[in-house]
Amino acid sequence: MLVPAISPDWPGGFWLHWGVFVVIILAFVMAMVMGFIYLERRGVGRFQVRLGPNRTGPFGILQPVADAIKVLLKEDIIPAAGDKLVYWLAPVVAFVPVLMVFAVVPFQEGALLADLNIGILYVVAVSSISLVGIFMAGWGSNNKFSLLGAMRSVAQEVSYEIPLVLAIIGVVLISGSMSLNDMVKAQNIPFILLQPLGFLVYFIGACAEINRTPFDLLEADSEIVAGYHTEYSGMKFAMFYLVEYAEALAIATITTTLFLGGWRGPVLPPILWFLLKVVCVFFVIFWIRSTIPRVRIDQLMAFAWKFLLPLALINLLVTAAEVVVLPEGLPWTIIFINLAIMVILVVLWSRFLRLGGGRVEV
Amino acid sequence: MVIKTEPFVVNIGPVHPSTHGVFRMRATLDGEVIVDLEPVFGYLHRGIEKLAEERTYTGVIPLTDRLDYLASMSNNLAYCLAVEKLAQIPVPERAQYLRVIMAELQRIASHLIAVGSFLNDCGAFMTPILYMIREREKILDLFEMVSGQRLTYNYMRVGGVSQDIPDEFLPALKKFIKVMPTFIDEYDQLLSENEILLARTKGVGILPEELAINVSAAGPVLRGSGVRWDIRKADPYSLYDRFRFDIPIGSIGDCYDRYRVRIQEMRQSVRILRQALEQLPTGEVRGEVPHLLHPPVGEAYAHIEAPKGELGFYLVSDNSIAPYRCHIRAPSLINLTALRDMIIGWKVADAIIIFGSIDICMGEVDR
Repeated sequence: MLVPAISPDWPGGFWLHWGVFVVIILAFVMAMVMGFIYLERRGVGRFQVRLGPNRTGPFGILQPVADAIKVLLKEDIIPAAGDKLVYWLAPVVAFVPVLMVFAVVPFQEGALLADLNIGILYVVAVSSISLVGIFMAGWGSNNKFSLLGAMRSVAQEVSYEIPLVLAIIGVVLISGSMSLNDMVKAQNIPFILLQPLGFLVYFIGACAEINRTPFDLLEADSEIVAGYHTEYSGMKFAMFYLVEYAEALAIATITTTLFLGGWRGPVLPPILWFLLKVVCVFFVIFWIRSTIPRVRIDQLMAFAWKFLLPLALINLLVTAAEVVVLPEGLPWTIIFINLAIMVILVVLWSRFLRLGGGRVEV
Repeated sequence: MVIKTEPFVVNIGPVHPSTHGVFRMRATLDGEVIVDLEPVFGYLHRGIEKLAEERTYTGVIPLTDRLDYLASMSNNLAYCLAVEKLAQIPVPERAQYLRVIMAELQRIASHLIAVGSFLNDCGAFMTPILYMIREREKILDLFEMVSGQRLTYNYMRVGGVSQDIPDEFLPALKKFIKVMPTFIDEYDQLLSENEILLARTKGVGILPEELAINVSAAGPVLRGSGVRWDIRKADPYSLYDRFRFDIPIGSIGDCYDRYRVRIQEMRQSVRILRQALEQLPTGEVRGEVPHLLHPPVGEAYAHIEAPKGELGFYLVSDNSIAPYRCHIRAPSLINLTALRDMIIGWKVADAIIIFGSIDICMGEVDR
């Protein structure tokens, strides 16, 4: 279905546009986070041969509401020896950047708060700020588990940022723009087909960015209790919970926009396509979560630097060569070449890279 | 400039998701690496050995349920064997078979929890353990049929078992034996070949054969280190000499070997169950035993291959109605003694899985 593009200042005037989109983004994030929480709890329940929450409302659909009310009514505890200001600020510092990411995400053609011409750069820059909030939480809590979790998160996110960005550059090269809106417009064929290796690197890196299994080291519940938010309770904990799901939502929307053709698709209205793809990406994320174990911190770093980084660099090289050599080349040729390269490289890497062992003599 | 760093002490436990009870590991960390570790336990001490001195010989059986509460049947069995040895009480053949059936079912149930919680410690978010609990439920249902209880069974008695099995037990057990091998295959397929699991467990937490023998480790921990030692074969009790089964062993004694040994042992247990079911005779389930036992003055030690290792009861009698002394050789506690050697040099995440791979039950460690 062809829906005409929305003008950049819809529904008219700079301030009105700004106000309307802020409300839309807030509503979108809150509603989707609640939906995600419900979906994840029910879905993981199914994966784990149990029912999942089904008592609150039909099919347990009110469970996120019940969770939210419960968490709001909890006592807010601040550790006596904690750094109170840092402790108090941490959830806010972690949450705001995640929300800011959505400013440049197009919900359908032109429907975005700000069509920045450096949109994806902005996303990468802003989304890593929430790391500061997480480290503040770990530091301010004055808890050893929190500090361990926070230190892990810094190491992890700094490392995974690099393959992530390199994978995104591949998309930028093909689409020839850094504006997310233009990137979607450039996707006559979803970039997941043109950039299969880039997608793989990006998705793994993204899972590490948002601390999802198998990279959920900073809140590894079987190791360091709850990581950086061990000491948090009440509304502050709810904020971190919100951050976790909002980050997942952000990654799902960016993945959709960069690799899955954003709002483009036949028959259905664009916004539905967009939501459908976002939910599918999130489904894959929690499918992985309920399936595989967690890696260890040194394996995590080795995986980023020895596995993902070379792959991302090779992908960048190949993509750049293709853009130069076959500017108008048949997309099917590129798809075939890239798929073949991906298969060969992944098989090769999995032969050579071994992550076992790791004892240190003390 | 060199930044000065100093080691950092973390108390893992006593309230921690992965210490399987109230166990504390006082770990000294250098970054993520554990440079020193001191196991601290005793939080669950209830003085069961002392309490046993105040009770009649039969009255101690419920106490044994509370040792390793994931394997109550095995505890009952070990204690009853010790009393029978002390008082020279014969056991009817049907009761012997029932005991073997219960002990093997209990082994499967205990290993399911061990493997499941081990995978959970590895970070597989709850899924494996819930799959395992699904089958454990069926075993608990069977136990509920015979004893009315789902955790502390108090089923075995000196000279037999408390009551004969109900009519619905055998068909349910037959069905269970028929489907269980496919479920074990399923558990094996869940994660055994998973690259992350291999990276996390292969070569991690090695317990060398010599050390395992020197610390007197037993059960899957010892067999994981490649020692072919199983009380069921080495010193057959009950009727274990009538059954054909193999002792699975590991190669180097890492976490993966212990995990594999447990899965293989479940297969062997099903094999024993199948044979026991074929051979199960009819007859009495409890011999003539006086209401109040007065074993002759003396001492007796009986040991069995409990799911977690060699479980032994040492009883001293002074010809009164209560044991003069009851000592329990708890496999969980003795397997823990090698913990420090296994963990040092590994990272925090490894410490958790090494600890998980030993498979302890705090009820038994602290007694």
